[in-house]
Amino acid sequence: MDIKSLTKFNVREFSAVFALIALVILLSFISPHFLSFHNILNILVQVSTISVIAAGVTFVILTGGIDLSTGSMLGLCGVIAAGVFKATNSPILAVLTGVGLGAFLGLINGLVVTVGKVPSFVATLGMMTAARGLAFIYTKGTPISGFPSNFRFLGSGYIGNVPFPMIEAIIIYIIAAYILKRTPFGRYIYGIGSNEIATKLSGIKTNKYKLSAFIISGLLTGFAAIMFIGRINSGHPLAGDGYELDAIAAVVIGGTSLSGGKGTIIGTFIGALIMGVIRNGLNLLNVDTYWQGVVLGVVIVIAVLMDKKSGDSEEVVK
Amino acid sequence: MFKKLITILISMVLVLSLGSMVSAQETFTIGYQVQDLGNQYWITLADGVKDKAAEMDNVEVTVRDARTDPAVELSNVQDLITQGIDLLLLSPWDSNSGATVVEEANKAGIPVIVLDIGVSSGDIESFLVSNNYGGGQKAGEYMAELLEGEGQVGHIQCQPGYELLDARGNGFVDVVTEEGIEVVATQPGDSQRSKGMTVMQNMATANPDIDGVFCENDEMALGALEALNSSRMLDQVEVIGFDGTDEAIQAVKEGRMTATVAQQPYKMGQMGVELAVEVLNGNDIENEIQVPVQLITKENVDEFIE
Repeated sequence: MDIKSLTKFNVREFSAVFALIALVILLSFISPHFLSFHNILNILVQVSTISVIAAGVTFVILTGGIDLSTGSMLGLCGVIAAGVFKATNSPILAVLTGVGLGAFLGLINGLVVTVGKVPSFVATLGMMTAARGLAFIYTKGTPISGFPSNFRFLGSGYIGNVPFPMIEAIIIYIIAAYILKRTPFGRYIYGIGSNEIATKLSGIKTNKYKLSAFIISGLLTGFAAIMFIGRINSGHPLAGDGYELDAIAAVVIGGTSLSGGKGTIIGTFIGALIMGVIRNGLNLLNVDTYWQGVVLGVVIVIAVLMDKKSGDSEEVVK
Repeated sequence: MFKKLITILISMVLVLSLGSMVSAQETFTIGYQVQDLGNQYWITLADGVKDKAAEMDNVEVTVRDARTDPAVELSNVQDLITQGIDLLLLSPWDSNSGATVVEEANKAGIPVIVLDIGVSSGDIESFLVSNNYGGGQKAGEYMAELLEGEGQVGHIQCQPGYELLDARGNGFVDVVTEEGIEVVATQPGDSQRSKGMTVMQNMATANPDIDGVFCENDEMALGALEALNSSRMLDQVEVIGFDGTDEAIQAVKEGRMTATVAQQPYKMGQMGVELAVEVLNGNDIENEIQVPVQLITKENVDEFIE
């Protein structure tokens, strides 16, 4: 495994890295607290949940699809895992349930798209609504709360001074980068995104890979759900509301094209970091919460504009 | 040109140094983390906090909004701690997310005062809460008076399981059942207007002789009004809500809603800041402080309209 080739940047996400560095420098001048060890750690923990979801969504977007259901899946997988823990007191069973359910929901998404031939936007929109509803039905609207530290470790544990969620996110990204860059699986994912018909005609079973992308998205979301519960100590049916858009924003800011076929997983991580840094910086500068939304919206649009400028073909929302 | 520049720079330096001399006295920095500034109730509470702090010249306050997301709540508080606040005022999303936040503040050695929504664990200086049970009782007494001690009423709950909200319903039910009124239906409306409307429709259909309904919050009561209006039952049914939001007060004025129980979020915000200063000055305060509520009816509604 060659670390260098895994992290080789192309022009698209070079601009993302550059933006991140510029932001960090700017903020460290403006706010005295920004560059403290404590604050940097905070940022890394704060982005860990979204970055794990975004890693999974990257796979789907690379194939030219989109997954709008991740936020709701986070909620549903979270409450079911919480319920399983309360019933069995076994963190392992709860984690397996959460992750397994996520993969299963991803499977459904994938089947609706590949076999049902429903556009991914519509298919995952349906899952988004249904999953949220199921989360409310299961919990009757009331959160499931109060977990011991062994279950919460995945979301709020520390190894020495290092927050465990950070380590998990990094491991997941390394694995994802390897799959995307160094395996045939990864190459087919890119191929399907750039030119699905050509890929199919060369004998690749494109449906299989598109399906897998959705499963990965669901699986990682299920894992993120466990991390989330660990962090806030509660399985809430409303958890993750809006996170699907944050995840997609991270992917887009990181340089991945919404039409598929272009982009890297490292870019997604940078994108998630940029969003986290902006949020944190604006908080430290006492900027009103709603202005933060405006700033992030502008950043996303700029990111897409730069994406177009780097010689991309026209956007096709599938 | 150069001379002008020097003059400007020197005057800036003078002004800035004057400014820093003035603020050499001790300033208390308070952070207020609130669950949702999209909700009128919290906006009013936050206004109470901000206005009181503005009145006192050694207090600075920063208000942060969780936008109903407990993860944002936690991040906000971490960032407030990084900024170096002296005390945290907190209105958490729920008692468990609140406990996580308090844990974080405890670790940093920052005192916490909780406003309106309690936390399930952690060290706090005090908890300010509306007298929810008392408010429910007032609603019950008024309902009993209007129904003259007999009839059927419905009870629409917010979120069964949330102690503070349950207290409202309990206060109401305890009083009316003692007065001889029958509670014929009890249903949760999820604190939302649309759900309150649906639940009221079902209750009215199942109990066509219903005389009154108590909703644990104004949002659901406003929904119930819609439902009763479309079934043309509004004249027959007395609707009492809880919270005292602007819309509800308007509805009471117009005679559509019978009454509502007003909490005093503005006052609670002010009290929060006053108590914070007490704590920061080293004084002891009570563990739990109840903020009185008021029943708003057609008789006194004009006092509440701004």
